[in-house]
Amino acid sequence: MAKYDVDEVKLRQLEEYIDSLEQKEGALIGVLYKAQEIFGYLPKDVQLFIARKLGITAAKVYGVATFYSYFTMEPRGKHVINVCMGTACFVKGADKILEEIKKELDIKEGNMSKDGLFTVDTLRCVGACGLAPVVMVDGKVYGRVKIEDVKGILDEYRE
Amino acid sequence: MAIAGYAIGAQFGYIYVRAEYPLAIHRLRIAINQARDLGLLGKNILGTNFSFDVEIKIGAGAFICGEETALINSIEGGRGEPTVKPPYPAQVGLWKKPTNINNVETFANVPPIILNGADWFSSIGTEKSKGTKVFALAGKVNNVGLVEVPMGITLREIIYDLGGGIKGDKKFKAVQTGGPSGGCIPADHLDTPIDYDTLNALGSMMGSGGMIVMDEDDCMVNIAKFYLEFSCDESCGRCTACRVGNKRMLEILNKITEGKGEMEDLEMLKELAETIKDSSLCGLGQTSPNPVLSTMKFFYDEYLAHVKDKSCPAGVCTELLKYYIIPEKCVGCTACAKVCPVNVIHGEPRKVHVYKRQDV
Repeated sequence: MAKYDVDEVKLRQLEEYIDSLEQKEGALIGVLYKAQEIFGYLPKDVQLFIARKLGITAAKVYGVATFYSYFTMEPRGKHVINVCMGTACFVKGADKILEEIKKELDIKEGNMSKDGLFTVDTLRCVGACGLAPVVMVDGKVYGRVKIEDVKGILDEYRE
Repeated sequence: MAIAGYAIGAQFGYIYVRAEYPLAIHRLRIAINQARDLGLLGKNILGTNFSFDVEIKIGAGAFICGEETALINSIEGGRGEPTVKPPYPAQVGLWKKPTNINNVETFANVPPIILNGADWFSSIGTEKSKGTKVFALAGKVNNVGLVEVPMGITLREIIYDLGGGIKGDKKFKAVQTGGPSGGCIPADHLDTPIDYDTLNALGSMMGSGGMIVMDEDDCMVNIAKFYLEFSCDESCGRCTACRVGNKRMLEILNKITEGKGEMEDLEMLKELAETIKDSSLCGLGQTSPNPVLSTMKFFYDEYLAHVKDKSCPAGVCTELLKYYIIPEKCVGCTACAKVCPVNVIHGEPRKVHVYKRQDV
């Protein structure tokens, strides 16, 4: 097997998952999900590994990984904050919440805090428009968030 | 779905759910397992020769995958780009086989129609749009949430009766329907009975059933800009008009909200919008200029205010805000000078301050 510049144990885990699939056709998105769950992101070598394992081109894997906003090729912080930027949240001031989070975490460029604890991202509608504006941290939903609430929410995840 | 499968002779179905809805996925899994336990899904349903099963496919964050051919490409594990129709999915669909593809809401209408009859269903709604419609009412109204209403109800009934009116007794400005590429409908049209045709005629659409209420504090130019940012993000990039055109439109709107807009820009916006509508392959491209076109149609005065007077009537576009000091009221507390990010407020403590920009 070709050498891949990633964690061997994790790669083995991914290989087992791919081997366990009954049908490899159409499985790419599911495999990328699993890979991102294992590695936290999708490094180049992991994409290459998946391509060879599924018998498709690396270009196809890269094409899919870059097409969907869920997949990332950059390492992420320990906690991922997602601010909903759907319309309902936007008219209720989600942009100001995002600004406050970035200010509170002192993020000026990119979207990761310097200590690597948080990554801040936006997504388009979590389907909880009644709770707008919505902030999600690692999948936990905070609804009707006010600017004053931001610090408290972040403190829950700070050690 | 099992009924649809029975009707067309299919044995397998996929439910495509956005990854952003983890709770929906969780509940669907429970429901599917319960249906299997009860013998309503799986082999030999209810002891008959008919077998049908479903699998959940989870999206990965691409708005365009709501378009049917893009959705099929996504289920096949590829990029969610739409393909040219015809052939329609009913002819050449998933794995190149004839495929029936419908929204959840459509399927949900079928059992009550079978139970109560077509006449019952047709008695609800308008001449051309029958039955009920679920809207996701959100934004600046007192009661937010999902509402199921008969077709032909007026926007006023939804917003003021069901929605309980505008939050904080503010003035209603517009309601945006149909998701990110629907249009904004102003107060004059609140009494229009809504169905598919009337919404289209107003430059909006039924679309996803989203219904977002905006009040006097919302700047319609900024709202149009917000929607365009969305369309730029979510354009799959296949058609040049949508990929590049929306970007050019966004640049113009950025210019306008920064107070650098000119009258030619408004002409250009319109021309680009029409071109994108005409030359895009799928629904996203064809409708992405709707927010701009509808706000230009109904709220042209706001565009003019931004371009000609360099002012934002709703006070949203910060570049266009004008600050000044009222000398009679200034006690020289220095609070404003301390927080000013660009240091344009000058003065000594306890004396009247002055506002002076270095660059002008």
